[in-house]
Amino acid sequence: MDILVFVEMRGGKVRPAGFEAISGARKLADVAGGKLTALLIGKSLDGLTGEIEKYGADRILLAEHPLLEGYTPEGYREALVAAVEESGAKIIVMTATTMGRDIAPVVTAKLDAALLPDCTSLEYKEGRLSVVRPVYAGKLIMNLAATSWPVVLSLRPKAFLATEREGVTAEVSRLEVDLEGKIRAQLLETRAEAGDKLDVTEADIVVAGGRGMKSAENFKLIEDLASRLRGAVGASRAVVDADWRPHSEQVGQTGKVVSPSLYIAVGISGAIQHLAGMNSSKVIVAVNKDPEAPIFKSADYGIVGDAMEVLPAMIEAV
Amino acid sequence: MNIAVLVKLVPDTEASLKIGDDHRYISTADLNFVLNPYDEYAVEEALLQKAKHGGTVTVISFGGDEAVKALRNSLAMGADNAVHVKNPGGIDLLGVAKTLAAVLKEGRYDLIFAGKQAVDDDSGAVGPMIATLLDIPHVSSVIKLETEADKLTAEREFEGGVERFELTLPALITAHKGLNEPRYASLKGIMMAKKKQIEVVEAEPVPAKTEVLRLTYPPLRPPGKIVGEGREAVPELIRLLKEEAKVL
Repeated sequence: MDILVFVEMRGGKVRPAGFEAISGARKLADVAGGKLTALLIGKSLDGLTGEIEKYGADRILLAEHPLLEGYTPEGYREALVAAVEESGAKIIVMTATTMGRDIAPVVTAKLDAALLPDCTSLEYKEGRLSVVRPVYAGKLIMNLAATSWPVVLSLRPKAFLATEREGVTAEVSRLEVDLEGKIRAQLLETRAEAGDKLDVTEADIVVAGGRGMKSAENFKLIEDLASRLRGAVGASRAVVDADWRPHSEQVGQTGKVVSPSLYIAVGISGAIQHLAGMNSSKVIVAVNKDPEAPIFKSADYGIVGDAMEVLPAMIEAV
Repeated sequence: MNIAVLVKLVPDTEASLKIGDDHRYISTADLNFVLNPYDEYAVEEALLQKAKHGGTVTVISFGGDEAVKALRNSLAMGADNAVHVKNPGGIDLLGVAKTLAAVLKEGRYDLIFAGKQAVDDDSGAVGPMIATLLDIPHVSSVIKLETEADKLTAEREFEGGVERFELTLPALITAHKGLNEPRYASLKGIMMAKKKQIEVVEAEPVPAKTEVLRLTYPPLRPPGKIVGEGREAVPELIRLLKEEAKVL
């Protein structure tokens, strides 16, 4: 069963989730047999094959075109469909990022395929592919199987470990993509946020604040702690609705689902829709002045206390 | 402008969920259902575009009898027409997209809105699938939209930035939080919505390509411990994170 993995890039660089996807696909290819082809889409990709190779793809396919420099659903669809045809892949693996969650259903519809979205683990057994995926923002876990081929999968960031392999080489080839008149939703501009700010879904450590922070200004403390830990800032729905923080930081059922190694919830009471979004974190720390706050039931370690008092001490200690 | 909005009824986000006896679907007994939160932004945006360009707003919902509530809620916000596409059963994401695409094709809409995902299965797939099946351009998870007579610019966030697209009509947009502030239905709107006729479409079954094997609860987290109170507890917390949990 040949597999194609789409390696997501932004701004000319492979995203962390892109490497995780290759490793996830590699493990699947080891069980399902067949060749693993890694697809890169962009404007100029030559310098990237070395770092892709280490993750164990048998082949690397480069789809280069000036119109593929930035993401467009139609441009990337053309490249992906051409790559599926070229590689003969029956399993197409992507990332469940903003880009992957957009392009996976497009490719599924184009190929009349089965879609297994947002997977946290994969199983190939007796010719059948099934996956585990959180639903209802993680309140429940679904086991979902494909009953036909081809299959498009998207892998949730941080659910699969990116692992390099020793002594592996890949054959590199190029893919011609005809984009003439194909791209109707055209990319006007891409604005990257200043610095190398990590998204809350990608960070290994998340420091999240809630209403207990008392004001937007006090989030400076959350930012300080997050930056000392090289993590990302998260927020509860209440503080996003109050416009203290941007929606891109919201964790929970109407925000993002995260699973970092360490989630520090400060001044967050722990509404069920927030807990759903962070419950799969490896270690959870809660700081809240109310000892009865539901967040303590989910936390591995808790400190009962005022955020304004505890946070400066934490910033000092790390 | 002929505008369609796809809406769905979902369990209230504040609800805790129980798995049904078949272990494949949730138990709907005593469960409160609401219009999918992202669909509220979609309906609101459709109403704003109608106010700007004129035309009609038709809300369309695929589902069982419960879908009628999503339609009534949307009508109460101000939508003109409602279509209930009846779920024939045994259908998966692509099947839903194919069914809705057929209904939408018939309606010859200029602009189609949907929520960026339904907060039940969280896939966010049906919108982009429909755009692909209808062969029209789309932008998903839109946080800012500007429209002219036949042209749109749409902004979406990705991990670490924002990207802006320009596209021509007909087009499909999925709405994200931040796109607008959804209005509350007025009492008059609610009364009017009750009287409105809902068109019913009987959908044909579409063979599914995926199968739900089972639903389970996430593993329970082992009980945690309160390290202490106030700033005095911080050194011990840091020690535990380093030595016991090994995450620092």
